[in-house]
Amino acid sequence: MNEFFLIAIVVMIFVIIFQIAKASEYVSVLKGEEKSRRQNNKINGFLLIVFLILGLIGAWYCNELYYGKTLFPQGSASVEGEKIDQMLYITIGVTGLVFVITQILLFWFAFKYQESDNNKAFYFPHNNKLEVLWTTVPAIFLTILVVFGLKFWFKVTGDAPKEAILVEITGHQFAWDMRYPGKDGVLGKKNYKLYNQPSGNTLGVNFEEVESHDDLHTTEMHLPVGRPVKLVINAQDVIHDVGLSHFRMKMDAVPGIPTTMWFTPKYTTEEMKVRTGNPNFVYEISCDQMCGKGHFSMRGVIVVESEADYNKWLASQKPEYLTLFPDKDPANQSKAVDTIAGASKPIAKLTTGTN
Amino acid sequence: MSTASLHETTHHADHADAHHGHHKETFITKYVFSQDHKTIAKQFLVTGIIWAIIGGLFSVIFRLQLGYPDATFPWLEDFLGHWAKGGKLNPEFYYALVTMHGTILVFFVLTAGLSGTFANFLIPLQIGARDMASPMLNMLSYWFFFLASVIMMASLFVQTGPASGGWTIYPPLSALGDASMGSKIGMDLWLVSMAMFIVSSLLGGLNYITTILNMRTKGMSMTRMPLTIWALFFTAVLGVLSFPVLLSGAILLLFDRNLGTSFFLSDIVVAGKVLPNEGGSAILFQHLFWFLGHPEVYIILLPAMGMASEILSVNSRKPIFGYMAMVGSLFAITILAFLVWAHHMFVTGLNPFLGSVFVLLTLLIAVPSAIKVFNWLTTLWKGNIRFTPAMLFAIGFVSLFISGGLTGIFLGNSALDIHLHDTYFVIAHFHIVMGVASFFGMFAGVYHWYPKMFGRYLNNTLAYIHFWVTIIGSYLIFWPMHYEGLAGMPRRYYDFSNWESFKMFGGLNEFISLIAMLVFAVQLLFVFNFFYSIWKGRKVTTLNPWAANTLEWTTPIRPGHGNWEGDIPEVHRWPYDYAKDGIDHIAQDVPVGAGESKH
Repeated sequence: MNEFFLIAIVVMIFVIIFQIAKASEYVSVLKGEEKSRRQNNKINGFLLIVFLILGLIGAWYCNELYYGKTLFPQGSASVEGEKIDQMLYITIGVTGLVFVITQILLFWFAFKYQESDNNKAFYFPHNNKLEVLWTTVPAIFLTILVVFGLKFWFKVTGDAPKEAILVEITGHQFAWDMRYPGKDGVLGKKNYKLYNQPSGNTLGVNFEEVESHDDLHTTEMHLPVGRPVKLVINAQDVIHDVGLSHFRMKMDAVPGIPTTMWFTPKYTTEEMKVRTGNPNFVYEISCDQMCGKGHFSMRGVIVVESEADYNKWLASQKPEYLTLFPDKDPANQSKAVDTIAGASKPIAKLTTGTN
Repeated sequence: MSTASLHETTHHADHADAHHGHHKETFITKYVFSQDHKTIAKQFLVTGIIWAIIGGLFSVIFRLQLGYPDATFPWLEDFLGHWAKGGKLNPEFYYALVTMHGTILVFFVLTAGLSGTFANFLIPLQIGARDMASPMLNMLSYWFFFLASVIMMASLFVQTGPASGGWTIYPPLSALGDASMGSKIGMDLWLVSMAMFIVSSLLGGLNYITTILNMRTKGMSMTRMPLTIWALFFTAVLGVLSFPVLLSGAILLLFDRNLGTSFFLSDIVVAGKVLPNEGGSAILFQHLFWFLGHPEVYIILLPAMGMASEILSVNSRKPIFGYMAMVGSLFAITILAFLVWAHHMFVTGLNPFLGSVFVLLTLLIAVPSAIKVFNWLTTLWKGNIRFTPAMLFAIGFVSLFISGGLTGIFLGNSALDIHLHDTYFVIAHFHIVMGVASFFGMFAGVYHWYPKMFGRYLNNTLAYIHFWVTIIGSYLIFWPMHYEGLAGMPRRYYDFSNWESFKMFGGLNEFISLIAMLVFAVQLLFVFNFFYSIWKGRKVTTLNPWAANTLEWTTPIRPGHGNWEGDIPEVHRWPYDYAKDGIDHIAQDVPVGAGESKH
């Protein structure tokens, strides 16, 4: 019933507006079209200048309302992201100035030079000096922005520092999986055809190879504060994107083409709770590339903590190999067995299982 | 109103037409399979308007979800059936709506509806030709567009829903039916429809280029063409050179989907199944897509720029400032448009060096854009400005082009793009600069040339209401989105309420949705004004209602097929002799006087 009322009201408003519009057309015919045209001209000229003033006030007011909600007052949570913030401020400065000047000129000219009897249009078809001026000035400003931008770009996209810890992140509809390389510092190789061989091997890790035996498979990412981390990014089904807005980082996850990205977390999650004044603060991984029905819920969590807490967490995780092959777990065996030598049996099963 | 009186008016209007076609026209050849460029233009415009209403309505429905994620709307179920069970929009259908909104607005409205309308209508009239180089191809261009429309429309009604992988249809999402409902039959229909659309666009484009190069009237040298024609010329060149690349991408994607090839697929496990495809590259598709996709932005924008230039000059009663610089900057934009596509791909793992080249080329586009803006401002300076509805929309176009163009400088700079990519900042940017600005150019064009199209005026009061609500509303909708984007809020999310990082914008999202509905309602007012005035608008009584210099105003009030009754006028000057030697305006077909100063 409510909807009908709503529709009726909207239709009624339409009819009223239309009747007024129709009536004003007749009035203008009665008054003389030229006279009413001039009157409209005055009204619209005035409205343009009002729009400019209210618009600029509105832009300022919008900034008051929402700047605090952007990520910039709290600063970048990664060391590299500070460069990006700096770049943002430079760009806002330059474009903001141009924005205000050009919009003021546009509406001011429109208002000032509106049609009137003691106003004559000025025949001014071209002026090469002016053209040169507004070719070179923007070119200079843009050069500055390009130079700064590329300096930061090459820094951020360059090779990760040698001491960076390695974490692999894999996106699939609609969740994230992490892999840590374990003590040997090397991630075991994967082959997508090994998916679920043996059952539970959701990332397709090749457990034939020794490097994989100490790898951890987790659904939450833990990182130590102050140490560079290099992410190796994979996707299993469609393109996803690792979006880390607090760290000012983002990289697509493309099936078949691993990508990387690195950064250095500056604040622990606990510190960020204080900085943002939000006791529920959490670093979130958002999927930033449309990936299907559950795209909006493809959320991951990063816990940044002290080196000690991080090591404690690492130690508490059980290698995936031992979860998938419980018989290889020393904890499950009365006799200590060399897990590496003992790996030969499951491999036989594994290779017959593929293709 | 009785039907009798309606008949009488149309009958009467028919007599006002200048009939001098050499062949007898039936209803079918005059209004359906017409080869008259003016009728084809109107066909494009009306089809475009219908698509714009559908595309706009889709945005209203998904804005309802974004503004009120917790509410249910039982009437939605009556209307959408199983896609809105219990009045709650299904996420898959939400994505389908987003995808179709983009596809419809970008291709069907702002490409076919804008270029198709004004290139067809203005090129022969403004260069002094009786019709297009090939009226037959021109007619086919419309009917291929119609076919594309029918197929796209049909895809809305298939059981698994229309395409839902975003208007950019990135594979593997768009290639695998198992990855998304919309990637089943809906996606095949999308691709076939786009193939038809591209054929339409190529037939049209080749015709526009040929006509402009070969069929100008005596004295109409290239540098005497109005800027609208220059803009439409470069638009056609862009389309002809870039659309075939999208066609190739679409065909390869059809192969991947249906014939088991692996152009874009590799190493995929989907829905628990290991796919055999190896060696393809999902990124290859993005290169093919954006090689069209970026020029497409300018295909949408250039006609609006051309029409705004013309309308600003006519209504300032002043020549356009820096005609040659305007042509040069259009040319520069056309060339650069082909060299910047990878700026859509900064975070795909692109080689950083390659990225840096694209940063440089992308930001270079800001230079010709700045030239255009300052030239428009100087055109207004010391004018004697009349605020016709067309003029207001042209001024609004410049304002929006500045606002949206400047945020392009943020996104084109790869370092900043890392943070802003695929957030609401991007939505704000391209909606302002390419969506709303081009719509403003299109509205300006419709208000300005409506008297030539239909021999009647649109209602002025409705036009002013339309302008003011639209410009204020557009800024209210898209300006605050920049802030959401700076907070990293991602595009194409169905619901933000589970995100600690983004849920604080709930109130703002509701506000945006409310304004969006209001602005949509006012567009319906425009549509009403448009159709009502075709039959009931105030009649045009003078040949040249805006006192403009261009050739279309030398034709009869309602030109017949062939445009001019006698010979085509000869051209003696450029189209911007306003306020020259103290004379208000000197039309292009007026010979140069003995004592006339040179410009």
